[in-house]
Amino acid sequence: MANHNESKPIHDPDRRRALMRGAQAAGAVSLVGLLLGSYGEQAASRPIGALRPPGALAEDDFLGACVRCGLCVRDCPYDTLKLAPFGASLATGTPYFVARDVPCYMCKDIPCVAACPTDALSKQLTDIRNADMGVAVVVGTDTCYSINGIAHCQACYLACPIKDEAITMEMKQDGKRVYFEPTVHREQCTGCGKCEKDCVVMEAAIKVLPRALVRHDLGLHSA
Amino acid sequence: MNEAVAARAATRGFFKRQRWLLFRRLCQFGLLGLFLLGPWFGVWWVKGNLAASLWFDVIPLEDPYFALQSLAATHHLTRTALIGAALVALFYGVVGGRVYCSWVCPVNVITDVAHWCRERLHLPPGWRPQRALRHWLLGMSLVVSALSGGIAWELVNPVTMVQRALVFGMGAAWAIVAAVFLFDLLVSRRGWCGHLCPVGAFYAVLGQRAAVRVAAHEREACTDCGDCFAVCPEPQVITPALRGTGSATRLVLDSACTNCGRCIDVCADDVFKFTLRPRYQGDAPRSTTPS
Repeated sequence: MANHNESKPIHDPDRRRALMRGAQAAGAVSLVGLLLGSYGEQAASRPIGALRPPGALAEDDFLGACVRCGLCVRDCPYDTLKLAPFGASLATGTPYFVARDVPCYMCKDIPCVAACPTDALSKQLTDIRNADMGVAVVVGTDTCYSINGIAHCQACYLACPIKDEAITMEMKQDGKRVYFEPTVHREQCTGCGKCEKDCVVMEAAIKVLPRALVRHDLGLHSA
Repeated sequence: MNEAVAARAATRGFFKRQRWLLFRRLCQFGLLGLFLLGPWFGVWWVKGNLAASLWFDVIPLEDPYFALQSLAATHHLTRTALIGAALVALFYGVVGGRVYCSWVCPVNVITDVAHWCRERLHLPPGWRPQRALRHWLLGMSLVVSALSGGIAWELVNPVTMVQRALVFGMGAAWAIVAAVFLFDLLVSRRGWCGHLCPVGAFYAVLGQRAAVRVAAHEREACTDCGDCFAVCPEPQVITPALRGTGSATRLVLDSACTNCGRCIDVCADDVFKFTLRPRYQGDAPRSTTPS
């Protein structure tokens, strides 16, 4: 110890300054890290109307995999996909689509998945029929023309690329009134959003929602 | 600048004084032009952006910093991603890591303009955080990626945001451009690229052993006019090479050097030149100084 003291005093100003600078940097950077982390958390809560391309991993994994290069956007023949601009309420630069604007046309060769360099859109999706972008739900039971007997509309049914499987028009009876109810079969629906796009009501009566929101798991809610 | 130097500077033509700057701008805008050929003119030589791209429908490129963050977020790398990141890493590993900063990055144009304005307005240097801060931010981005499972820096990265905005449509990216510009103009002299940007820090680490280097080849001819220090975005890198004596190396070995070549442009005494590190023979002490 004595030797140590001789060669370098404990209160070495250089060492102190270096330690101080290190501590300053660590402090500043932790603060930035915290802000970045919470901003990331916020960005990970994707708004309901923004759908991910077919084959997209679960949102948490997707955000670690997607490099925001936009190759899926470039190879989408229908200009369905967009990259989220800075300031949008989902992670900057990630691909998404809004079904009401341009739905997914379910290309057989799934060019967006083929284009993805990082497997953020999983190559395990080989049949577009297995895509799970969400699931269509008739949310406007009070506005749907068909259900309310205003017209025998069928727009959503006719739009569906796998009609009679993913969506059917079920005949229902309400007293003496007979009407047809568009009925989505969840296991078949890919969430492409063509029904939502074609719905004639001002605010679409059928909407694609994240599957997690609408699935029917058995069990009870522990309130 | 003394009179003799001024007189000699005047004999050097415009091209010689601005050569590397012109090449650099040509490279920056040319590259941006290549990315815009597709969206603007339908010529798809390049698809994607600086994060990842596909060239001529064959060659994949990926920013290795993205790949690293993706790994930290525990996503496996695909073969395409690995090849792309390796190609980019290899390129910058040889030509100089921060060549990315001065020859490719679109933000460099913004911060250079900010610096130009700052010089014209004779503004004081302002806030001067330690240069190591960018390395701390680099580490932080990897830690946050690991903890959050997302590619953290990409949420706020002005580099890709600016380029993506140009290639894919604007959004609110103009705000980022303005923020970086105003920060460099009013808050901190060469603040963003010189002190904060973790992308530059990453590429500096990548280019630590790079072959292409600036050398103060004719340092005996230096007249101490200080032009190189004034123009250099990272002036601390010049000192060891220029002020060294005897057998001390003439190569600029600090990885913060961006190989921008401005020192070569402005030096009226032609002290600096680009050279290849493994073949550089100029380190032996000289008996004569060139006229």
